[in-house]
Amino acid sequence: MRIDALDQENVRSPFQRVLRIVFRDKAGLVGVLLFGIVLFSAIFAPYIAPHHPLEQNLRISRQVPAWQEGGDWEHPLGTDNLGRDMLSRIIYGSRVSLTVGFFGVLISMSLGMILGLVAGYVGGRTDNIIMGIANLFLAIPYLLLVVVVAAVLGRSLINVIMIFGFTNAPLFVRITRGEVLRIRKSGYVESATSIGARPGRIIFQHILPNLIGPLLTVATFEMSGMIFYEAGLGFLGLSVPPGVPSWGNMLAAGRQYIQFSPWIAAFPGLAIVFTSLGMNLLGDWLRDVLDPKMRRSA
Amino acid sequence: MSVQPYFQVENLKQYFPITRGVIFSRTVGAIKAVDDVSFEIPAGETLGLVGESGCGKSTTGRSVLRLYEPTAGRVQLGDIDVTSLSATELRELRPKMQMIFQDSYSSLNPRHSVGKIVAEPMVIQGESDGARTRARVQELLELVGLNPDHMKRFPHEFSGGQRQRIGIARALALNPSFVVCDEPISALDVSIQAQVVNLLAELQKELGLTYLFIAHDLSMVRHISHRIAVMYLGKLMESATYDELFSAPLHPYTQSLMSAVPIPEPNIEKSRTRVILSGDVPSPVKPPTGCVFHTRCPFATDKCAAEVPEFREIRSGHRVACHHVDDPAIGPTIDAQREEIVTSIESAAGYGPDRTFSGAST
Amino acid sequence: MHGETVLRVRDLSVQFDSIDGTVHAVNNVSFDLKRGETLGIVGESGSGKSVSMMSLVRLIAEPPGKITSGSAMFITSDGEVDLLSLSRRQLSRLRGDRIGFIFQDPMSSLNPLMSVGAQIAESVRKHTQLQRAAAKTRAIELLEHVGIPGAKQRYDNYPHQFSGGMRQRVMIAIAISCNPDILIADEPTTALDVTVQAQIADLTNRLCKELSISVIWISHDLGVVAGLADQLMVMYGGTVVEYGEVEQVYAHPRHPYTIGLLGALPKLSKTEERLVNIAGAPPSLFSPPTQCPFADRCPWVFERCESERPALYDVGGEGRAGVVRSDDATDGRGSSDGWVDSHLTACFYDLERNRRRDADEPVAVRPGALAHEEQG
Repeated sequence: MRIDALDQENVRSPFQRVLRIVFRDKAGLVGVLLFGIVLFSAIFAPYIAPHHPLEQNLRISRQVPAWQEGGDWEHPLGTDNLGRDMLSRIIYGSRVSLTVGFFGVLISMSLGMILGLVAGYVGGRTDNIIMGIANLFLAIPYLLLVVVVAAVLGRSLINVIMIFGFTNAPLFVRITRGEVLRIRKSGYVESATSIGARPGRIIFQHILPNLIGPLLTVATFEMSGMIFYEAGLGFLGLSVPPGVPSWGNMLAAGRQYIQFSPWIAAFPGLAIVFTSLGMNLLGDWLRDVLDPKMRRSA
Repeated sequence: MSVQPYFQVENLKQYFPITRGVIFSRTVGAIKAVDDVSFEIPAGETLGLVGESGCGKSTTGRSVLRLYEPTAGRVQLGDIDVTSLSATELRELRPKMQMIFQDSYSSLNPRHSVGKIVAEPMVIQGESDGARTRARVQELLELVGLNPDHMKRFPHEFSGGQRQRIGIARALALNPSFVVCDEPISALDVSIQAQVVNLLAELQKELGLTYLFIAHDLSMVRHISHRIAVMYLGKLMESATYDELFSAPLHPYTQSLMSAVPIPEPNIEKSRTRVILSGDVPSPVKPPTGCVFHTRCPFATDKCAAEVPEFREIRSGHRVACHHVDDPAIGPTIDAQREEIVTSIESAAGYGPDRTFSGAST
Repeated sequence: MHGETVLRVRDLSVQFDSIDGTVHAVNNVSFDLKRGETLGIVGESGSGKSVSMMSLVRLIAEPPGKITSGSAMFITSDGEVDLLSLSRRQLSRLRGDRIGFIFQDPMSSLNPLMSVGAQIAESVRKHTQLQRAAAKTRAIELLEHVGIPGAKQRYDNYPHQFSGGMRQRVMIAIAISCNPDILIADEPTTALDVTVQAQIADLTNRLCKELSISVIWISHDLGVVAGLADQLMVMYGGTVVEYGEVEQVYAHPRHPYTIGLLGALPKLSKTEERLVNIAGAPPSLFSPPTQCPFADRCPWVFERCESERPALYDVGGEGRAGVVRSDDATDGRGSSDGWVDSHLTACFYDLERNRRRDADEPVAVRPGALAHEEQG
């Protein structure tokens, strides 16, 4: 698509293009919607949850969802073994998941980006050492780390976030380093060098902006992975303390009632599946949208 | 009495080490990308540097600008010895020496607008007055035949030829006197190539630029160059003025290059003499001994495999690196081949379309 | 056998759906390919030269691509068949068997994990009844045939051990391994060095003449095609703008685009002050083709050129100028006799000039446009 073509008829307007990008990729649209719902419930949990997530009422323990015989709309998704409202707990649970995902990725991405930049830009022995450490980290089984940390420091959200942040950083180091090496070889960096640009300018003007796209895409996939693994740890009883409503904890609690009250485990399970799915679709969509070639000045 | 040339390269060598090992790496050899190359360019003229891929022509362009640190040799711009400059001095000299790149896709940052790209050299060199920068960018875009209103657009919104013009505008932003053009047209369509070559020629006249024009085939180079140097595997094979080179290509390699350029004239193209070289260019990691061209040369002898030929002046201003061009035994055979090639090329002048455009517009 | 038509394409149109709109990539392309002859197709990027040929054998992505009209009769001793009406499965059997290919980048067409010889032998076995051992012998023969020294030893080499020129030779060996009727060569020499380019072009030409294979040689380079083609088709903006015998077109180009292109080529033989500039850029293909695609850049443009798309006219001899051949071009079933021998161009210039001369009107061109010279 050229400038000359842009000034002509028969070319879709910017608004038409946006609509087209969104609707052509229907999967992306679903991803955006699913992620939007999760984000919304995490932020506004106190306002949209019908009950307090910890409010117990043993008289209505294990009440079935509203649409089944014996259920009522007071508790649309039923209650758990302690009579707590399922819907409210799932809504609050999204806070734990998103917090782990967001901060875990934030830590690993920042760490990975800085180390990857240094490794790729400086090169030589520094590069070898950083990549060596990154590979070493990749070799540590994260589950083992979690068990050790949980045993020594106790179960807490911070610990889980830190562990996810550190164990996933090597991936970002690798991607950043690869991209930096690619961009460094590109003509525009060479051109800036030939004009006499200093390293700081090259990094902040040329390398970083072109890194953001690929990194953000990977970040969404990673975030989805972390949400998934946090739930897994919760299920094993290695994540947040038992009282905190998290999808993993709920899943674990529902396990023993699965034969007679399957909804207690099913709903948190579904929440995990849909969130993961949504984030993966979102990642695919972002990859297209963040491509600089999709940008239009007009 | 010759005038002091504006740009001068003497015995330039650019070796790249081949290393083994990861953490404790050691050097096990060197790729001699540029090996003992010397040339000079008078002010306001163009030297066409021609060779096949991997011959070191682009590396030469980069090491004369010190984008790579040359292994040995001297580069002189006017009366400044470029090779001996410190990093700070070099940075101050940068505006004088610029480069136009081959790949206009990767040489423009996809996330910067055209205005930002063209203004970057001025910003790097410390210009902080926004209005002045903008005015200069507009002036430059007009100079290279682009619409200044398109300043806010992004590189991918332009066609290949337009992007190459953006690259030219950026290179000219700081009023350079010497520009390395690294195959600026080889990625473009024919009709667009002509536009860009004409533009470069006009700019040279207008601004008094000195060019080092790098290309992989002889046809376009002839059009813009005053002198031509032919390179093969890191070494210069032949250099002369373009008239001299095209009427009397002395080196067997130059001859084969000339005979390989397709002529857009069916009657000639289907029947002309061709020196088709066997095989491919050898790897620069292990270049042949003696004359690097001897493995593909139809006239090679034992001497060629053993001794490196000197790059010597055979006629006034015409230098050749070949043992045999003037030896009484093989020389005449090489001459005969030269005659045939030149004759078949010149006979094409008698043909041509019966209609042409009478002039050209930009 | 020579002189028969082996492929008769009529009225081929292809569109692509893009985010920015519908791209009219190929519009009403018609041509004949004769047995044992080479048809050169020349055009710039975006001219539709590759898309039109690849759509014939359905090597374009569908969607977003779509063949909106046309027929492509493939005529062999077994009868006639319309390529565009075949199923993908039938076509894939035809590809590589009756129709061979060479592409610009041989590395992407070769399997990096399989030895070069085995790949040729595989292709031989797929298309013939030969057994494993016989196929190997044939593969070595083919390698020798395309000029690879030490074919027996090189049989077990992998693609990365070959240079660009050698890989292209291997591709040629695969393409001719089953003796196809048609070879489609899509810029096979563009990525190669000048001295290697000449080797590959000569080799392809020699082999195909030997084996009576008809070649469609797609290129952006009028120089390369000059030495290879019998017929030449010049494409611009998704349409055929000039078509004829190669000597005829180079000596008497009739479409302003061809004329400009020939002038834009630097020549080794003479030094012009400057090269001919075809001002402007190729048309965007978002608009349906309702005018001459070259009108915006043409120095000889008439009002008519901007309101009507010219069909192909015969400009072969002075007396014949102005005979409309569009009946052939559009009805899709026209007889092919005489088609190939004509020199056709999609330009109103000669027609309009003759008409105005006869009517004593001034032959004025667009204000500011260039006058032209005619020699002889």
